[in-house]
Amino acid sequence: MESMPMEVQHHHTAPTSFIRKYVFSVDHKVIGKQYYFLAIFSVFVGMVLSWLVRIHLVWPNIHIWGLGVLSPTGAPGGVMSPDYYLSLLTVHGTLMVFFVLTTAPQAGFGNYALPIQIGAEDMAFPVLNMLSFWVTFLALCALVATLFVKDGPPISGWTAYPPLSAVGSDAGPGLGMGQNLWAVSIALFCVGSLLGALNFIVTTVDLRCKGMTLMRMPLTCWAWLITAILSLLSFAVLFAACVLLFLDRNAGTSFFLPAGLLVNGKLQNHSGGSPLLWQHLFWFFGHPEVYIAIVPGFGVISHVLSVFSRKPVLGYKVIVGCLLSIGFLSFTVWGHHMFLSGMSPYSGFLFSIPTLIITIPATIVSLLWLGTVYGGRLRFTTSMMFGLGFISVFVTGGLGGMFLAQPSLDIFLHGTYFVVGHFHMVMGVAAIFGMFAGTYFWFPKMFGRMLNEKLGKVHFWITFVGVYCIFMPMHFIGLEGMPRRYSSFVNDAMQPLMPVHTFMTIAALTTGAAQFIFFFNLFWSMYKGAKAPDNPWESTTLEWTVPSPPPFDNFGGKHPVVSYDAYEYGVTRNGKDYIMQTDPPGQPASS
Amino acid sequence: MGKAFGVVLTIITTISVAIFVSRHWWFPEVASAHGGAMDHQFVETFVGAAIGFILAQLALAVFAWKYGEQKGDNRPIRIFPGGVKWLLVLAFVYVGSEIILLEFVGQKVWAAMYFTPPATDSLQVQVLAGQFAFYFRYPGPDGKFGPIHADKIDEASANFFGIDPSDPASKDDIVTAELAVPVNKPVELLLNSKDMDHGFYLREMRVQQDMLPGMQIPIHFTPTKIGKYDIACNQLCGLGHYNMRAFLEVMSEEDYQKWIVQQASLQ
Repeated sequence: MESMPMEVQHHHTAPTSFIRKYVFSVDHKVIGKQYYFLAIFSVFVGMVLSWLVRIHLVWPNIHIWGLGVLSPTGAPGGVMSPDYYLSLLTVHGTLMVFFVLTTAPQAGFGNYALPIQIGAEDMAFPVLNMLSFWVTFLALCALVATLFVKDGPPISGWTAYPPLSAVGSDAGPGLGMGQNLWAVSIALFCVGSLLGALNFIVTTVDLRCKGMTLMRMPLTCWAWLITAILSLLSFAVLFAACVLLFLDRNAGTSFFLPAGLLVNGKLQNHSGGSPLLWQHLFWFFGHPEVYIAIVPGFGVISHVLSVFSRKPVLGYKVIVGCLLSIGFLSFTVWGHHMFLSGMSPYSGFLFSIPTLIITIPATIVSLLWLGTVYGGRLRFTTSMMFGLGFISVFVTGGLGGMFLAQPSLDIFLHGTYFVVGHFHMVMGVAAIFGMFAGTYFWFPKMFGRMLNEKLGKVHFWITFVGVYCIFMPMHFIGLEGMPRRYSSFVNDAMQPLMPVHTFMTIAALTTGAAQFIFFFNLFWSMYKGAKAPDNPWESTTLEWTVPSPPPFDNFGGKHPVVSYDAYEYGVTRNGKDYIMQTDPPGQPASS
Repeated sequence: MGKAFGVVLTIITTISVAIFVSRHWWFPEVASAHGGAMDHQFVETFVGAAIGFILAQLALAVFAWKYGEQKGDNRPIRIFPGGVKWLLVLAFVYVGSEIILLEFVGQKVWAAMYFTPPATDSLQVQVLAGQFAFYFRYPGPDGKFGPIHADKIDEASANFFGIDPSDPASKDDIVTAELAVPVNKPVELLLNSKDMDHGFYLREMRVQQDMLPGMQIPIHFTPTKIGKYDIACNQLCGLGHYNMRAFLEVMSEEDYQKWIVQQASLQ
């Protein structure tokens, strides 16, 4: 497919003022970094919150320095109350799912690398791009503000099921102002994501340079494109749901509230709504959201594995097909979150079938990664280590899904730690491994300096072993039927499992501490790291043809022309084992 | 580095599988008629998942061990034997057979609980959940429940179900704080909630169902072992969620008759 001539593409000149350069910048590279640092901030706060909830589970009476000041009611004297446990759990989940897993892999790396990888000067709508970031920033502010309002954050979890989330402060702490702010935050986040998705789709379709056919795009670009389509279709629904929730809370409507609700001794003035409606709307977004978090990781991992195996990615076309079918199927499975919700048991059975079918493309992709690694000349950079780690944790987490996809097994496993272990492994840890692989891979391009590989390896090893120590035991205690979202376990049968919780908490604190190695490496290398060459990884794609960091318009006024596929490794030409996508066309290389 | 990765991954895989297989942490002993089939289905799924888990992790470990680049390494790369084709076949056969098998087996278990009506001689008990307690109502000799009137619910006068005292169907209803049922007799529970989304989780019975306000959701099962079992709320319902529980007592037929007469006298 021919792309547009360069003259038709928009053109803007480099800004000179500090504000236009670093704050309200329209440059996709700056916006990508802004998203990335927004996610770094969120993941830091989210991680600290996870420590607090893990500590509360095993040492409920411990005094935590500073917590009493943050919330005199939720943690009087620094000792967390059971409801503050739920408040922090809500913020942890919301931060991680929205502001980390949705933000960094797609809006962060995608913004930074997509235009360069397809040979464009910028995103299609640079001002819109700036707007998406700042709307997302406002959304983050609204969420963080819940920590500082009088009542604290909502106790309704990141899924905010009504009636708990909809009836207001009668239902418990944090459900007044905190829940309102939550709804506003998520609605704003949806707006930011929708604008971003539009930009990604148009950019990929319209701004590819000469020779960059769709099937020559790096798999990262395919992953970002498919994720953008998923975002466009699913965030629109979540936005509507948040507006309805806000109206139920503040305008007396009853979308999610039935008649006869007696909350805290008060009969509520609502009638005609259904709490199930929220669950349908939320999970119609929520399941594609899982893939919004992980599909960019698929792209990055396919890319990184190929580069560091010095081999073309195995089955490029098949991977594209799998990503497309995963994207399509992700809209047909939302009911598997609701097997026991009270919806018709016939639909429960129906939803389990596509849920199991979606494991076919996921399995194929995993096998193709293994096939890519097979027989390569593996270079164990930190990025590659996280790439290999990704395969391992994704397979582990994904297999847990085989159990949960079956409604009859869900009768026992639903709402237990088995579910917590499963989704943390498959969408949390795997996606974060994708981000780490991406960070160690693109950092030299983004900041013009290399990350320290020794620190990177230490970071990898502790993280890799650590996540298994945290999340594998969750599967075991899930088999015993230990419910999630309990701030303590009053049931005698659960007491023998407490040492497992202690083990997981210690593992979480250790693995968390290892992330400081990463944070240090990140900020230290930004200023003190070794200078990065243009193409440190001997990679083929367009971002490695430009200086590190790239100039404002990416290609310095030149118009790149692409003649080769994205993964031409393992060939011999001019003493190199790879062909740049922009190399002039010549004799077919011998392999 | 690749060799270390191979070793560490093999250790992780071995320990994980060993812990599962040792059954040190495993389901509580089943105490209902349908529960055995569910446990059986879990084991079948487990065997399928374990095969995939072990093969994938070990393949990754072996490849990382074997294919690391050495200094001055000029060996040509090797394409996976057969390319994409056999991997596709493997994925379709492995996952496809799992799907067919599991859906076939699983559908029966699910259907037994949800698609088939309860036995006609089932003991019916209505359950009402509210922040943060469960209450149970037996229909009494007439076999009929009166309606729940939300406006008449009053904890102070122990009218937990909002019973209208003038309603003849409600007159002989027996309201209790504990669920007791005779062993080996089918039970049908009618689940209601007065405020939040609650969960009704009975581990040993392999029973779980959300309870939603505005809906009455029926579930049925047959307890097969005498004993006292924990009923846990398993859907986040507020600050006291962790503490919302009740007990199911499965009794012999005689004990149950004594118990229900005693409860009736307390109304």
